[in-house]
Amino acid sequence: MIFDIVIYTVVFLAIASGILVVTGKSPVTSALALVFNFFCIAFLYLLMEAQFLAAIQVIVYAGAIMVLFLFVIMLLNLQEDITLLESFDLKKGLMVLIAAGFLLQVLYILSLQLPGWSSSPVAGQDFPDLGTAEAIGKALFTRFVFPFEMITVVLLAAVVGAVVLARKKVEND
Amino acid sequence: MINQHLDTIILLSGVLFTIGVLGVLTRKNAITIFMSVELMLNSVNLALIAFSRLHNDVTGQMLVIFVMAIAAAEVAVGLAIVISIFRNRQTANVNEINLLRW
Repeated sequence: MIFDIVIYTVVFLAIASGILVVTGKSPVTSALALVFNFFCIAFLYLLMEAQFLAAIQVIVYAGAIMVLFLFVIMLLNLQEDITLLESFDLKKGLMVLIAAGFLLQVLYILSLQLPGWSSSPVAGQDFPDLGTAEAIGKALFTRFVFPFEMITVVLLAAVVGAVVLARKKVEND
Repeated sequence: MINQHLDTIILLSGVLFTIGVLGVLTRKNAITIFMSVELMLNSVNLALIAFSRLHNDVTGQMLVIFVMAIAAAEVAVGLAIVISIFRNRQTANVNEINLLRW
């Protein structure tokens, strides 16, 4: 019972902060709402016994990526944006329709697949060591070692690209 | 205990993805658009972990790790592009960045 309340509270907070990301007036509001959203999602990871990924979520997303966002926001000195609710015209109405189409698709798939979930044989069990660092490390360095190495190449390319793009042009060297 | 709520979590994932789509389509500020993309990637991660939990299989969590790494790379390059554009044109509004428009 208490567990239900906790789950629904976290789900509500995640949706509310997600809406605040999209409707927030200044980019800083959006960024802080996004950090809160990341923490809610990390909490859900913990409840689903993906402890390692919950830690990674807090460190990488709520830590590193959001610091990068905040740095750029402070650096650029942006003026306040015109939000969705202030200037609602035909074009934005069309975009809301497209987003509603996405939601309808998800609801349709859920209505097709989900009713049998709770009664499926796997769903009733507990898996205590599914998301530990040990299980993740074992899978990452055996079955998934090639994609893991490819990720390092992608990250190297991204770092080099970011440095080249953000570098200040040197005049007549 | 969480197993009875996996459908709630998948539904949350869908709602967050929809909010992200709405943000990408309607916002004008390039940085806010990036944040909406992050929201969408996170909703997908949430669904992957829920399915990983449902099937008692670690593959979904591997995919989440790769999505996170790609998201970090995407943010680094994307924000570098935003800074570069802002330095040249003094704006981060995607309506005024029409250099490549046909």
